Amino acid sequence: MTTLQKAPTGEALVTLRGVQKHFGALHVLKDIELTVQRGEVVVVIGPSGSGKSTLCRTINRLEPIDEGAIEVDGQPLPQEGRELARLRSDVGMVFQSFNLFPHKTVLQNVTLGPVKVRRRKAEEAERRGRELLARVGVADQAEKYPAQLSGGQQQRVAIARALAMEPKVMLFDEPTSALDPEMVNEVLDVMTSLAREGMTMIVVTHEMGFARRAANRVVFMDAGRIVEEAPPEQFFTSPRSDRARDFLSKILTH
Amino acid sequence: MLETLTDNWDLFVEAFRTTVLLLIVSGAISLVAGTLLGAMRVSPVPALRTAGTAYVTLLRNTPLTFVFFFVAFGFPRLDIRFSYFAFAVVALSAYTSAFVCEAVRSGINTVHVGQAEAARAIGMTFGQTLTQVVLPQALRAAVPPVMSVIIALAKNTTIASGFGVMEAGAIGATLNERGYPAFDAMIWVAVGFVIVVLPLSLTQRRLERAVVRSR
Ligand SMILES: Nc1ncnc2c1ncn2[C@@H]1O[C@H](COP(=O)(O)OP(=O)(O)O)[C@@H](O)[C@H]1O
Ligand SMILES: [Mg+2]
Repeated sequence: MTTLQKAPTGEALVTLRGVQKHFGALHVLKDIELTVQRGEVVVVIGPSGSGKSTLCRTINRLEPIDEGAIEVDGQPLPQEGRELARLRSDVGMVFQSFNLFPHKTVLQNVTLGPVKVRRRKAEEAERRGRELLARVGVADQAEKYPAQLSGGQQQRVAIARALAMEPKVMLFDEPTSALDPEMVNEVLDVMTSLAREGMTMIVVTHEMGFARRAANRVVFMDAGRIVEEAPPEQFFTSPRSDRARDFLSKILTH
Repeated sequence: MLETLTDNWDLFVEAFRTTVLLLIVSGAISLVAGTLLGAMRVSPVPALRTAGTAYVTLLRNTPLTFVFFFVAFGFPRLDIRFSYFAFAVVALSAYTSAFVCEAVRSGINTVHVGQAEAARAIGMTFGQTLTQVVLPQALRAAVPPVMSVIIALAKNTTIASGFGVMEAGAIGATLNERGYPAFDAMIWVAVGFVIVVLPLSLTQRRLERAVVRSR
């Protein structure tokens, strides 16, 4: 195997055990068992409506679960409140629709969390914020408002905003699906370099190039279940389940 | 016609001063209380949501005269004794804050849910999410409807004259007693209200334009 990133440590960072989630009568997550190791990059793939977003959102409890247990770095997820807010700040999240704060400048988007949640000094947060903006390649946009940026730039700012909290793990929910094709790569490049630096990442994406380049493991979901898990090369070339084969034949034809 | 105004200039000035004071004091209280009520109505605590909804439903569906009535005659029974002016402020604020609440809530509803989620995802508490992310955006969207509520409040202050407050709404009856034509008196009162409300309308238009620019 020719994976380039640092090897995962073998130490569990995110654990989901027996997770069940319903939306009313709809059973959206079924018996989810998933362990992500520190430094590991897991790509979650599957048909629309299979529960990928919901899975992501349960990990920082934007969605509460009905049954089962989720631990991040050995800590069970607390109930809503201050404790949970603290834990969430350790789990970075990047959304499909960026969700930057439109009334704040790019730099303020990145410093808001460190200042308000981590109680960092404004100057320190700004210095660090500018470093992160440089790292994702938008240093020269710091004083602009999000609406003045392209989609690709906005998504890179969103990644910088999440990184500013120094998270233990980053969740990406289809980070490139809302982008024009020519902007997809600039975002994937940032994510690939994060992966190489050893960030623990759970990435919902259908970008197979990224999965092959950066992922240690592909998790295939269908109808609320994890159907198959395999290293990317193996998953894409010889999936074991019929459902994965069927799904891949659909996304590969276009 | 003109002497109705000039002969009673002091009365007009004094009464409109009271009207403007009622407007400013009740308006300020309503803005603060209405925003808090709006926050209650979107809070994750069910009891707060229920209390907020109950308050708004009750106050919005009660005629203002009744609110005045309950305050002016209910409070003294509870041994709460204020001036007529203070009773009027309480009644007007209690009533108007329900409308401000709804305007603020409609503003909150224009803010995409992803905004609150992004704020929570970086570890903000409910209070921080609201004050740092949701309300600044919601209040911009709420400016036009809130200004309409305040303009309605300016006119609603005239109910206070029925409860012992010498504001502009009392001018007509007073002048009638003094033997001036009621119609002339009312025309001057109407002119006075145009003068009070016009700056509000102009502010509303200016703020609306500013909000559009900041998007
Ligand atoms: N807030 C919600 N309320 C009700 N149903 C929901 C909600 N969010 C998602 N769903 C449903 O749950 C299922 C899984 O959704 P999702 O996790 O978004 O799937 P994916 O991200 O794989 O497309 C879908 O059928 C979707 O319609
Ligand atoms: Mg999804």
